[in-house]
Amino acid sequence: MRFEARKKIPLLVLLCTPITAVIIALVLCSGLIVASGASVIEAYTLVVKGSLGSMFALSETFARATPLILTGLAAATAFRAKLWNIGMEGQLYAGALITAVLGGGILSVITASWVLIPILMFVGAVAGALLMLGPAWLKVRFNIDEVVVTLLLNFIMLLFVSMMIEGPMRDPLGFGWPQSAPVVDEAVLPKLVARTRLHSGLLIGLGAAVLLWFMNSRATWGYESKAVGINSLASHFAGLPVKWIMLRAGIISGMLAGLAGTCEVIGLKGYMTLDISPGYGYTGIVVAMLGQLHPIGVVVSAVFVAGVFVGADAMGRTLGVPSYIADIVVAVSLLCVLIGMFLAQYRVRR
Amino acid sequence: MTDSIDIILSATFWAATLRIATPFIFGTMGELLCERAGVLNLGIEGIMTIGAMVGWMAVFQGADLWVGVFAAACVGAVFGVMHGLLTIHLGLSQHVTGLGITLLSASLSYFIYRLLFPASVVPPNVESFEPWLVPVLSELPILGPTLFSQYSLTYLAFVLVGVVAYILNKTPLGLAVRMVGENPAAAESQGVNVFSIRMGAVVIGSSMMAIGGAFLTLAAFNSFVFTMVQGRGWVCIALVVFASWRPGKGLLGAILFATFEAFQLRLQQIVSGDIPYQIFLMTPYILSIVVLIVMSRRAVYPKALLIPYRHEEH
Amino acid sequence: MSPNGSRNTVLRLNEITKCFGTLRANDCISLEVQRGEVLALLGENGAGKTTLMNILFGHYVADSGSAEVFGKILPPGSPRSALASAIGMVHQHFNLADNLSVIENVMIGTEPLLAVRSKHAEARRRLAELTERFGLLLNADAIVGTLSVGERQRVEILKTLYRKAQILILDEPTAVLTPQETESLFTTLGRLNQEGLSIVFISHKLDEVMRVSDRVVVLRAGQVVAERETGSTTRNELAELMVGREVPQPLRKPQKAGDSVFELREVSVREGSKPLLDGINLIVRESEILGIAGVSGNGQKVLADLGSGLLCPNDGKLRLFGADVTTPRPRNFVRAGVARIPEDRHASGIMTDMAIWENMISERYRDEFSTWGLIRRGKAINETKKIIHDFDVHCEGPMALTGQLSGGNIQKLILGRALALQPKLIVAIQPTRGLDVGAVAYVHNQLLEARRQGVGVLLISEDLDELLALCDRIGVMYQGKLTPTKITESLSIQGIGMLMAGQWQEIGYAV
Repeated sequence: MRFEARKKIPLLVLLCTPITAVIIALVLCSGLIVASGASVIEAYTLVVKGSLGSMFALSETFARATPLILTGLAAATAFRAKLWNIGMEGQLYAGALITAVLGGGILSVITASWVLIPILMFVGAVAGALLMLGPAWLKVRFNIDEVVVTLLLNFIMLLFVSMMIEGPMRDPLGFGWPQSAPVVDEAVLPKLVARTRLHSGLLIGLGAAVLLWFMNSRATWGYESKAVGINSLASHFAGLPVKWIMLRAGIISGMLAGLAGTCEVIGLKGYMTLDISPGYGYTGIVVAMLGQLHPIGVVVSAVFVAGVFVGADAMGRTLGVPSYIADIVVAVSLLCVLIGMFLAQYRVRR
Repeated sequence: MTDSIDIILSATFWAATLRIATPFIFGTMGELLCERAGVLNLGIEGIMTIGAMVGWMAVFQGADLWVGVFAAACVGAVFGVMHGLLTIHLGLSQHVTGLGITLLSASLSYFIYRLLFPASVVPPNVESFEPWLVPVLSELPILGPTLFSQYSLTYLAFVLVGVVAYILNKTPLGLAVRMVGENPAAAESQGVNVFSIRMGAVVIGSSMMAIGGAFLTLAAFNSFVFTMVQGRGWVCIALVVFASWRPGKGLLGAILFATFEAFQLRLQQIVSGDIPYQIFLMTPYILSIVVLIVMSRRAVYPKALLIPYRHEEH
Repeated sequence: MSPNGSRNTVLRLNEITKCFGTLRANDCISLEVQRGEVLALLGENGAGKTTLMNILFGHYVADSGSAEVFGKILPPGSPRSALASAIGMVHQHFNLADNLSVIENVMIGTEPLLAVRSKHAEARRRLAELTERFGLLLNADAIVGTLSVGERQRVEILKTLYRKAQILILDEPTAVLTPQETESLFTTLGRLNQEGLSIVFISHKLDEVMRVSDRVVVLRAGQVVAERETGSTTRNELAELMVGREVPQPLRKPQKAGDSVFELREVSVREGSKPLLDGINLIVRESEILGIAGVSGNGQKVLADLGSGLLCPNDGKLRLFGADVTTPRPRNFVRAGVARIPEDRHASGIMTDMAIWENMISERYRDEFSTWGLIRRGKAINETKKIIHDFDVHCEGPMALTGQLSGGNIQKLILGRALALQPKLIVAIQPTRGLDVGAVAYVHNQLLEARRQGVGVLLISEDLDELLALCDRIGVMYQGKLTPTKITESLSIQGIGMLMAGQWQEIGYAV
């Protein structure tokens, strides 16, 4: 079996491939639904209803999509430069933690929302970037594999947060639950739809996506990242500052992940808990791959993935299918999209 | 300080060390085999998880303990096949495929477990392995409880290291595995089937990883808890670099790491209250990062690692 | 070399055809090899010689046609079948694992896979026997990565002999050897011949083909155009058959060299304590082409990196256009007007998955093709169109993916990009490697034209013919040292060969 690269790939094929792959994934996962004793049609209908079927459902889906857009963009930015940032979970927590600390404490002296919120966003982004700086620098300077370092940092960061929340940051009015004191009201992001959880963090995410799209296609930064990701040796030969470009990609990636944490604290919850992220950092990787590392693709796939999770939650409550089905659907979708994109680019020959 | 010395001098400490080391030995050997053949297997964390779940589940459903271990190995092999088909035959990104496999196998194991045990039930346990006391030798003063009163799977782990080392260095099969990880084109020109060798290495390596996971639920503990693997898989990847891809050094690394972990656990019990327990739990991960930093700078990677082999056509 | 024994056919290729997309690499090729003879497969780069042999050895599968070895049909697509049929191949780019030892590289695949134990002692004995018999001296436990190029080729040959090959295919074996090593290779081939082995010798070098072979098959554009007994043909006839048309040799008219554009004074480069370059002295002047000869692995890569701005000398001075450079950077070299043509176009020259226009601005995007942090697309595309037109690049336009172009066209793009700088210095490293005669002549003409216009050229090449044709002065590298450069006309091939092999004292240089 040999593979031959196709000369031209029509744009239509490039767009349809991920969609087809996802459909195949859904078909494959229906087997698990049957195994749970539920009807496939009923299950998928409930998923769609639970994610898109009402104003409330939509608001939940987009609220869930907000951090995924940001972590997806974080992953896409890093992966484009071939920097494997798997530490977004930890960077998210770093951003969230610092936001909770400063938003409820020192910075609460600032009473103007339009000043406080951007400052908190900036602080959260910087926290995420700082966490990524270490592994990125180790990779660039010593060629140490960043995959394992960022992964291990996730565990360390989570333990650190747990230590803070159960200790010095514990909310004295929290009835003993491990959570931080809430941030001041001025720091809370305004809601987009009243009486739902959908907050303006979504706009931040969309804005970031547009900004990155512009940068990737028009700016020198985007050109440089792309070049380094494709061929760092040729880039170095041509005079591109490869090390700095990779570091920069890492910093931006960390900033986006940290920002995701900030938005969760000041937008969704209002305070910091240990379970503020049910794996958004890891899911962001899948979102980025499904979106072909393109900012707009990331937004679309973030909404899709969020819909799957929200819908599966609703469906699980009704039908008793464990909600982990959502994780399985997302993982299978990832593998199917990988295969699909490969088949779109190569012809199989005997 | 005297606390530390007390800990080190007790035989139970060293017995615990070897017990803690066992899943790391299995995981490291498995990953080492994959990487020696040129394939990075980031599915290790998820494969260990599903190995733990399947092994336990089999025993819970009434199977014999060794059948449970075998079931875990089979599941590991299945995911190895999946990983291999995507990365070896199709040449897809080993990073992304591995992460996808980890996600898939972990969430699959949670799904199946949750299906059979809805959330409200306290996690049940099974009759796990009992340590196998080697006749006569286990009566020895210090070495007895340390070396000769371990679980059979622990003995198996040690034997496995020897077997892997022998096969890699002294047999034609091992040479083929090494060659395929260094220069697959050269291997192909000498009549070796690169795809088959790589696939074999990944499948067997994945089975080993899964057995390491099963050790957790069938010997060390006796129930399956979500996130019980706790990043052991990732630590194994760092240990493989520490081992310079050699089995003997991998065993050393696993034991050193386990020593540190056991020490940290004991210290926690003694010094509890002053220092938050999270600090103790953090230290093994920090140690792994330090190990990686120190060893990576001089590491001689298998030359063809991460590079998919394609039959070149122009 | 004379044929031995009775004439019977050991290898027969019947109408082999192979297409890669629209490219017909092999077109209905038939040929025969007799026992004990040396058959030369002659053709320029791209004629289809390597493709044909790769089909024979099982790396590729022919679209149609068959091969017969010792009268039996050879199962296609499997190196294992080829090996079982006593065919051995010494590849142009050696198939060796650098991190493993010689004995391991030789033993791989020779024992049953599931055997319980590797028979190391026996293998060593056999290897020692072979090295004795054929004079291919080697240390069985040496790690291949530490061996010289000539030694690595010996390992490649030993691999085939260890497997008792009866038909030996050698793909451009002398490309990486000094003239002396080439001699010793020919001696070895003679001994193999005497033992009854048949040899297929792939080459584009006419002199070697005339010396070594009994018969010659000439390939051109994928077809067999002629078959001759070597004794009854001439160099000129073969040249004409090989190329099929008159290819004007580049003419180098004498010119007066101008000021120094690039200078190295007592430059040394070290890696830790290991010296890579030692006391290098050279000057490249305007209107002059300075050539650096030498077998690869003697420090050329380091010298090339110095010329490209990628490396800083540990000792000595690097002068560019008359001024000292203390911190060389590729970007600064480009800004100063240094055009660089890298050794490996796919690895260092271009990014395959980028559009052509994106590759064309990779060296100058910062200074000339961006404003306020944004890329000036329009300007870049226009410039690319100009380059494509001026350099006659066959492609689908500036937006096409660069990786899909042929090697020759990619090299033209790289050349075009380099010359678009209006450079005053060109650093060219193996600029014609793997190109067909037409592309080679084109590159040569461009370099000579640049020289005519006052540009200084530093040319590092393993191709002696190229160096002798183009360069005004030549220096030879050996183990990190460079001979004083001499006017080309004052050098002889024998002399250069001795310098390449390190016999400097015989010529009168201090080592």
